[in-house]
Amino acid sequence: MVEFAVRALLAGCGLAAFMGPLGSFIVWRRMAYFGNALAHAALLGVALGFLLGADPSLGIAVVCVAAALTLIVLRRRGRLSDDTLLGILAESSLALGLIAIAFLETVRVDLMAYLFGDVLAVSDADLVWIFGGGAIATAVLAALWRPLIAATVHEDLARVEGVRVVPLEVALMLLIALTIAIGMKLVGILLVTALLIIPAATARRLARTPEQMAVLASAIGTLDVALGLAASLAWDLPSGPAIVAAAAGVFVLGLIAGARRARRP
Amino acid sequence: MNASAPAAVLVRARGVTLRFGRTAVVEDIDLDLHAGEIVTLIGPNGSGKTTLVRALLGLVAPTAGNVAWKADLRLGYAPQHLTIDRGLPITARRFLALAGDVGEAAIEATLAEVGAAHTADAAFQELSGGEARRVVLARALLRKPNLLVLDEPTAGVDVAGQAEIYRLIRRIRDRDRCGVLLVSHDLHLVMSATDQVVCLNRHVCCSGRPEAVSRHPEYLALFGSLQAPALAVYAHLHDHRHGPSGEVVAETHDG
Repeated sequence: MVEFAVRALLAGCGLAAFMGPLGSFIVWRRMAYFGNALAHAALLGVALGFLLGADPSLGIAVVCVAAALTLIVLRRRGRLSDDTLLGILAESSLALGLIAIAFLETVRVDLMAYLFGDVLAVSDADLVWIFGGGAIATAVLAALWRPLIAATVHEDLARVEGVRVVPLEVALMLLIALTIAIGMKLVGILLVTALLIIPAATARRLARTPEQMAVLASAIGTLDVALGLAASLAWDLPSGPAIVAAAAGVFVLGLIAGARRARRP
Repeated sequence: MNASAPAAVLVRARGVTLRFGRTAVVEDIDLDLHAGEIVTLIGPNGSGKTTLVRALLGLVAPTAGNVAWKADLRLGYAPQHLTIDRGLPITARRFLALAGDVGEAAIEATLAEVGAAHTADAAFQELSGGEARRVVLARALLRKPNLLVLDEPTAGVDVAGQAEIYRLIRRIRDRDRCGVLLVSHDLHLVMSATDQVVCLNRHVCCSGRPEAVSRHPEYLALFGSLQAPALAVYAHLHDHRHGPSGEVVAETHDG
């Protein structure tokens, strides 16, 4: 009992900590729906992983990266807006994923676990994915930080000042794909984007610089996970939804506190 | 530097045409930008000013023709519209630090130079239109550019502030001998602040010294002659200057 709770806490908090800066970028660049589309595509990865006899995590990572690259190509040449492309990609890959899973007659796939996550079933391999992948993602993001902020603030200005924007964008999308692949094991396909954007959105009000927001998003996300897991254990709630509900609760508290402060003379 | 030597060409555009679909936005433009020279691009809305500027900056590739840049060209650019997503917390100071390896002291000094010292720690999104223009100008200046490209540098700035900004641009040109490309449609102010005017309406209608262009028939056909009295009236207005908060700072006779 204690061991799996500690393991869940470790996994969840580690995930939330490295999601903070990436979640901030998703908020700044209005990529929430992009994250959602990748998460939907991930189910196809689960099915492919099972079909090919590989680790589902690997399947998810491969499909997320492939979906991100498909989007990059489509948006550069297409006439359709980003949200339309994302909608097509998200729902059609989810449909393909569900069909593929239906073909898996020999393996019983716990669909609910993939849709809504299962923090309490975290394995040692998952911990390696979270902390290894998280460390790599954080290191890459730190190395690209300044040009990436410059490109996010104003793309043309950054380009004139010598920043090569396209490789940066591709790198950011791949990092987000990797993060979603790792995170969906814990909170599920349908909820993983929430864990990226809600802590960052909560941090916005408290931050005056991008760096402050990124760090605060990590801290708030860690708190959200701890609260959600505690509630999950105390009242036997499904863990993924409990974490997202906790994050939403903290966000609303932040709104109320902000409104009260603004009203005070 | 020898004053009689021809000034270095910073950017050379030859036969530049940009088409979006089948419509030509700008057509067959020849343009040279020289060190130490202020060139102003004027033209009505939709005349292709911003598109041409983007091509000169290398942000879009021309459909036909070519643009060549001097090898050590260092660009300072102030785009026309600069809005930052409200979800991204950023102070004016932090925005300026994105210009590259610039120190705190340079940031403070440049903000003071553009008359926006008081904005340093304000959130960028909460600046007024005029303050934001000044901060964006500071970002361009911080790069110590040898070509300064300013797209509508005074949009949203009050009239006295506009004269002040044009005076600042001239001063920087005199000090650093950089080239300056301005985009504008407030003609009467620009006329007194520029060496060359290029009047654009998809193609170059006419170009030359401001006094010559203002009498050119194509220019008059585009803008009419109503601007002339405005210029005369305006000349009597700036007998003093305003500080950042609007106070009168000094009598000046350099305008």
